[in-house]
Amino acid sequence: MSDVEEAITRVHREQWARVVASLTRRFGDLDIAEEAAAEAFATAIERWPADGVPANPGAWLTTTANHKAIDRIRRENKRDDKHKEAQLVYDDDPPEPLGAIDDERLRLIFICCHPALAMETRAALTLRMVGGLTMPEIAHAFLVQESAMGRRITRAKAKIKAARIPYRVPSAADLPARVSGVLAVLFLVFNEGYLATGPDTDPVRHDLTAEAIRLTRLIRALLPEDGEVAGLLALMLLIEARRTARVSASGELVPLAEQDRGAWDAALVAEGHRLVRERLAAAAAGVAPGRYQILAAINAVHTSARAVGDTDWSQVVALYDQLIRLDPSPIIALNRAIAVAELDGPDVALAAVDRLEDTLAGYHAYQVTRADLLRRLGRGQESRAAYDKAIELTGNTAEIAYLTRRRDELG
Amino acid sequence: MQYLVSVIDDTTGPATPDEDAAIDVFNDRLKAEGHWVFAGGLGLPSAATVIDNRGEEAMFTDGPFLESKEYLAGFWIIEAPDLDVALTLAAEGSKACNRKIEVRPFN
Repeated sequence: MSDVEEAITRVHREQWARVVASLTRRFGDLDIAEEAAAEAFATAIERWPADGVPANPGAWLTTTANHKAIDRIRRENKRDDKHKEAQLVYDDDPPEPLGAIDDERLRLIFICCHPALAMETRAALTLRMVGGLTMPEIAHAFLVQESAMGRRITRAKAKIKAARIPYRVPSAADLPARVSGVLAVLFLVFNEGYLATGPDTDPVRHDLTAEAIRLTRLIRALLPEDGEVAGLLALMLLIEARRTARVSASGELVPLAEQDRGAWDAALVAEGHRLVRERLAAAAAGVAPGRYQILAAINAVHTSARAVGDTDWSQVVALYDQLIRLDPSPIIALNRAIAVAELDGPDVALAAVDRLEDTLAGYHAYQVTRADLLRRLGRGQESRAAYDKAIELTGNTAEIAYLTRRRDELG
Repeated sequence: MQYLVSVIDDTTGPATPDEDAAIDVFNDRLKAEGHWVFAGGLGLPSAATVIDNRGEEAMFTDGPFLESKEYLAGFWIIEAPDLDVALTLAAEGSKACNRKIEVRPFN
């Protein structure tokens, strides 16, 4: 890649959300903002190799995008009340100070993650408007046709406009619920990357996990006081740190207990641990931790153990107990049981797992856990049946390879 | 901006006295805060008649235009600056009338 191409890629990553956000504020229309931003970047790709990269690429792009947007509005003669004549005057003043623009990006995130939009639509819209991913990339991420993804995003933009979903940071009363909605979107994107499903898909989609982390870092920078934002970032970092150790050279899933801990990314682990320590200090000062902070703390117990035998399982179980008080879901009970197996033995864990059958029988992790516990208890035939069900329910290629080998080793 | 706030009912039937009282309180608030445009409760769908006068003569058909388990039981038309305000009001309306609610913008 040439220096200019590299510069364009970097500027795209750093400036896309700023350009879209500032145009959305100015023109009050996500569609115009998105299209003009895309055109401005296309112009940069055309011109920068010959003209050189401008001294302030962000300002250049915002100005160019503003011109493109005004050209489009003039072309379509959309001079209604919302687009005051004054706004249609080319305005080449330098962009606003950083603080105000950062606030614009926050508004952009909140409008994309609005609760009046379907969850998958929120994720797609966030990846497009804030992340700057292209439509083919987003369609690929969610394993749908590009045309279907295009329609979904078009519908979402039309609803935002028709129903007048506001472009602003929510009121203080709504803020915690709305931030939690944004974090759910980012965690959805991360998980789709981490546990990618589909026969023709890479088992771990690094592009999606990296994008989710990048966007969570952005929110962390914009909302530094929010404990759950820090918690989610720590959780993602500690999971991402284990990414390369999690799939073997032959493409098989490697469970936590069998991973080469030396292959974990030490820098990501250290950053994750710093965030967890920050939240532990806040908890000690009386701030009750939310679910992402507790999940991050559980991951930190694992990443602190140099060997699997060093894992402080009683700490893990205690953290799951804390999590269950916040969120008494069967999936959390299942994860708690996995830790209980290490602390109190597989028989105790199996009894707890079997109590979840009614709700979780169709969930692959339930069958995986049962299969493993039955294997450890020497109940080969039942274990095999559970592995069969697990393989049937799993969409991840690396996990299917691992489970198949485990089943076939039962003898 | 105006929004149609539809009350969706299934088999619950007419509002109870408690629900009526809560709706009155909510309506007073809408009026006091300048959100009120109009509101009304509707008769059961079985009282509906569909008219089609696009052809030679008007056709009258007994019953609602759409047979479904859920039906429109009543509605508010509210004035709100944006969807966030409309949704907050609709959430209170749902609590007051004790039913599901749909919010839809006027064009």
